[in-house]
Amino acid sequence: MSQATLRIQKMSAHSGTIPGEGTQREFTVCKLVDTTTCIGCKACEVACVEWNDMPFSPTVFGNTYQTMPETRWNYWNLILFNEHEREDGSLQWLMRKHQCMHCAEPGCLEACPSDGAIVQYTNGVVDFQQDHCIGCGYCITGCPFNIPKLNSVTKRVYKCSLCTDRVSEGLEPACIKSCPTGCLHFGSKDDMKELAEIRAKQLRDHYGYDKAGVYDPPGVGGTGVIYVLHDATQPELYGGLPSNPSIPLAVKFWKHPLKWLGNLAMLGGLVGLFAHYLKYGPKAREESDLAKREGE
Amino acid sequence: MKERGMVGYHPEQLIPHDHILRYSFKERLNHWIAAGSFIYLMLTGLAFWSPWLFWIAVILGGAELSRMLHPWLGLVFFCAVCYMFMLWSSQMKAEPVDAEWWKSLHHYIKNEDDKMPPAGRYNAGQKLLFWSFFYGGILLLASGLVLWFTEYIPWNLRWLRYISVVVHAGTALLLIGNLMIHIYMGVFAERGAFGSVIRGDVSLAFAKRYHPGWYKEIVGETERSK
Repeated sequence: MSQATLRIQKMSAHSGTIPGEGTQREFTVCKLVDTTTCIGCKACEVACVEWNDMPFSPTVFGNTYQTMPETRWNYWNLILFNEHEREDGSLQWLMRKHQCMHCAEPGCLEACPSDGAIVQYTNGVVDFQQDHCIGCGYCITGCPFNIPKLNSVTKRVYKCSLCTDRVSEGLEPACIKSCPTGCLHFGSKDDMKELAEIRAKQLRDHYGYDKAGVYDPPGVGGTGVIYVLHDATQPELYGGLPSNPSIPLAVKFWKHPLKWLGNLAMLGGLVGLFAHYLKYGPKAREESDLAKREGE
Repeated sequence: MKERGMVGYHPEQLIPHDHILRYSFKERLNHWIAAGSFIYLMLTGLAFWSPWLFWIAVILGGAELSRMLHPWLGLVFFCAVCYMFMLWSSQMKAEPVDAEWWKSLHHYIKNEDDKMPPAGRYNAGQKLLFWSFFYGGILLLASGLVLWFTEYIPWNLRWLRYISVVVHAGTALLLIGNLMIHIYMGVFAERGAFGSVIRGDVSLAFAKRYHPGWYKEIVGETERSK
């Protein structure tokens, strides 16, 4: 793909216009994860840690192949394993590469109170700008996928950057590069959607997975990471992938109606009190016994 | 404790030149600890509330610092509220006169204070302010702790975070509304009130006009109170 200049089309807590909005013909990039051909080798986990130069993170053994329970500030890419028992009692080993979904409408960016700490480039990548981060953790509340993780020393949040440094140079992300089975693909959102649909159809028509389909949740405007699932009707089986994710209702309420109601009320209160003073003035103004003592 | 439970004649609270001690040193100091911490909390909170107000955090030393100090000042504020509860809660209990006071609110708003029912040391509006800051303080502390340690809330308890962001913002808005009225009354509307929370005393005329019940308790049925 072509090189990108990473102009910004969405910016957290910004009171002005967004510098890169609508200024580029850039297409949206997308990762395609075909869970049906993932073998759980974790090459993508290693590649992510290597490329992003992250310090070693101890693994956790929990009677599973999974490296640790969930992603960490320095472990952005994790294969989630689930030993699923089918209705006929047979085992289906489900594996899903879990990372930031790069939502078109990111809940983290919506919740963030710090100017420019979370941005979305014109190619759709959602990126944390740690130098603007204030460590409040609102993005953790806003994210429907449990992705942002706080570093307790630097007090900043971190997550998958979709290898912005590689992508902007025309390379695919490190995880994609490392995949030995070819279950990971990278390209434009349109191309990946098409490829995913072809694969899902193949699974339905030739492999007996009647419910195979593509996961690209509309509740967050679609995602920059899409999945091919054997059973698209039960995404929860794949390490708790939410079936219909959206920005939490509380966050939407807080950031829209409550905010405007609150702002109007505060402004109205100030104007109202000032008007009251203009009309009625201070109390007991005309009382001679008070005027003597209280004029001070 | 001469400033508490004032019933009957309290000549020790009378100060020369026809003034009465209204707020003791402890009460005044605690008031200003609560006020100072709340104003810091309000300013930094507003900076996080709206991008239009983010500049407040920049002026106060940067948003990172504001994020770091806001919870600690919150603890200071809550401690001050607790001490306030110890000092004043017994005097803030609802009385029959309070209902009458609310019915006469329109007179109060129009500065027709001679038509108001006789309030004690605190009128019904002040009592509402006290209880809203007390219960609001508890809500802010509970939701604030969740937001302070938000990264430790496990994923299956994420609803705690959702409730907290709404409760914290909503409660703060209500208290900011209360505070605006409080500052307006104390600084602009009721002359003498601001001085009472700085120097501690009010004039007998102030006490008689705004807190007749309290005035009687202090001065007693002397010829002055008639």
